[in-house]
Amino acid sequence: MDNPNQRKRPALKVFEWFDSRLGLARPLTEAAQHPTPERSASWWYVFGSAATVLLVLQVMTGILLALVYTPSAGEAWSSLQFLNHDVTLGWFLRAMHGWGSDFMIAIVLIHLVQVFLFGAYKFPRELTWIIGVFLLLLTLGMAFTGQVLRFDQDAYWGLGIGASIVSRFPLIGGPLVGLMLGGPIIGGPTLARFFALHVFVIPGILLVLVGLHVWMVLRLGINEWPMPGRIVSKASYAHEYHEETAKNGIPFVPDAAWKDAVFAAAILLSVMACALLLGPIGPTGQPDPTIIQTAPKPDFAFLWIYAVLAYLPPSLETPFIFIAPIVVIGGMLLLPLVAGEGEKHWSRRPVAVLMVAVIAVTLGTFTRLGTYTPWSPIMEAWSADTIPTKYLQDRSPLEREGALVLQNKQCRNCHALGGAGGMRGPALDNIAARMTEDQMIRQVLQGGGNMPAYGNALNPAETRALVSFLMTLRGKNLQPAVDSSRQLTTGSPEPLPAEQGDAATR
Amino acid sequence: MTRAHEHGAAAQPEGTAPDAATTVARAAAHSRRAFLFKLSLALNGAVGAVLAVPILGYVLGPALKKNASYNAWVSLGPIADFPEGETRLVDYRNPVTMASDGATGNAACWVRHIEGRKFQVFAINCAHLGCPVRWFPQSKLFLCPCHGGAYYEDGARASGPPERGLFEYQYTVAGNHLLIEAGSLPTLATEACAKKKPLIQIAPQDAAADDANPARSS
Ligand code: FES
Repeated sequence: MDNPNQRKRPALKVFEWFDSRLGLARPLTEAAQHPTPERSASWWYVFGSAATVLLVLQVMTGILLALVYTPSAGEAWSSLQFLNHDVTLGWFLRAMHGWGSDFMIAIVLIHLVQVFLFGAYKFPRELTWIIGVFLLLLTLGMAFTGQVLRFDQDAYWGLGIGASIVSRFPLIGGPLVGLMLGGPIIGGPTLARFFALHVFVIPGILLVLVGLHVWMVLRLGINEWPMPGRIVSKASYAHEYHEETAKNGIPFVPDAAWKDAVFAAAILLSVMACALLLGPIGPTGQPDPTIIQTAPKPDFAFLWIYAVLAYLPPSLETPFIFIAPIVVIGGMLLLPLVAGEGEKHWSRRPVAVLMVAVIAVTLGTFTRLGTYTPWSPIMEAWSADTIPTKYLQDRSPLEREGALVLQNKQCRNCHALGGAGGMRGPALDNIAARMTEDQMIRQVLQGGGNMPAYGNALNPAETRALVSFLMTLRGKNLQPAVDSSRQLTTGSPEPLPAEQGDAATR
Repeated sequence: MTRAHEHGAAAQPEGTAPDAATTVARAAAHSRRAFLFKLSLALNGAVGAVLAVPILGYVLGPALKKNASYNAWVSLGPIADFPEGETRLVDYRNPVTMASDGATGNAACWVRHIEGRKFQVFAINCAHLGCPVRWFPQSKLFLCPCHGGAYYEDGARASGPPERGLFEYQYTVAGNHLLIEAGSLPTLATEACAKKKPLIQIAPQDAAADDANPARSS
């Protein structure tokens, strides 16, 4: 040993100087080369490491953004504008951080689904899963607080929505709002709070838990490739796993790790591509509560919550908001404790597969709905969307007057005509084929369903004009709606609307 | 130094067997140290508890403060600015702001002048989840852009997810000016006016009495 030592290159000498003091080289090498079940060196097992790489990217870009960003409610928005427009490549860093966060949520979710379907949460990896659930929540927490730091209109009103939700908490709702906002209004202390959460608190916890998560992966070994019929039992698993890795284990580095590295590089390149092509996310308008011309919307990852809140019946809303998260998170945390043994392979776990499918479709549908918010009135539709000319051709003056009433009274904000307008209420293109004149009058004046009553907003002349216009909207040669009860009592169909309809289609 | 030395010795059982006297002495010293260690833990527990008081007080401060304590009377301008029968958007500066609040310290409300000295002042924040409602004079409705909540001109719920009408501010007319009691973000927990405070300094007694908001008292 001594002779070659004297001929060692200086770099090696430096290395040894450090390692004789740190003593890390051996444990690290051992950790890197820990035996991995051969089949687990798969492209399916690359998501966890990719999520870690993305976390590092987020920390780095985050620190760089903090060089310019000002966490003050009065200046945050303009400091983002400055980053976007005046700092060299500031827009690119912001874009990387924003898209990196979207990628991170996506990869963490894919990782979770993969671990779930491969049964990797079962004994002895229950705690790894439980910590993973917290990592998911923290990742979402980072996304939410990050969205607040992009202190624009959406962030402002998003905080308002958050405060409104919190205020519904029984008994302590008021104090909780104060705790969340740091004062009576959304303002300087609110942003400072979310800054502290986003920059210190959540990342601190996140890094510690990622450390534990990875430590446990190393300690317990990478999940073996699940096989149908191979049952996990607490009594024999450790022995079986040991045997398997001893027989056909391969060193993680380099035999398995190259796939992780390739995938991580691909993900980083994708983030860069998105940043380059799609640019930074926001900020939208200034966070000034006196500018009310806004339709706030949360970021992509939270669109489904936004959609669920829109569709819940009012009476269920408050219980749902507070009970559903407990049930969902509790269920995820308890999963490995109640199902810690048994089959790992997805083909023997139909319920698990079905659950993933149902949850994925549900989240996807709600997210999709959240992108175009059919429940929101379109506030400018009444003055921006014109009535299709075909609905005005060959119409009587009264009917045209009715079309004007329809525009002026903001009906279009909720009702579409010719594909333009709000989707909150039904489209009106063939309303006369579904409702009789009487029904329309009653619906317009008294409201009902999800429609406000217009009795106070319409005078009799306006109502008459409006309904006569609506009576012409029958789609393509559909029969006008008929009140069948009247038919029974008088023996003949209601004459007036039918005649009007004929005149209109001619 | 001595203690470290002793530990080192204890960690080497293959060394020469210590005689009975040293073992007893060491055991006595050990139980004394173990006791001192427990005592030091208790001491730190006590210090931690004392330390927790200011930390919790600091963190929970904004939560413990009564929302009404932020409220103050704010002028929205001369009543001549509000034509009878109309509903208008009015901006004002929140009575409690800090330098770092910037534009977020601004606030807006809808003022409906019913007639004479009768007003209604609504929060712009929807009673559902707080989005800013917009007034449409043509259809006499407040519409919420978020989930389509609608309210009538008197603030009553018309349709959609909100479970109640718009939040209303306490108002009073002092001299020729319209004043509202504002200060905290209106939510279900705080509402717009948490508690009715008598107007002593600003308005004369009679003004405060007959301007009691009709909709609130009903
Ligand atoms: S916030 Fe207004 S309807 Fe939901």
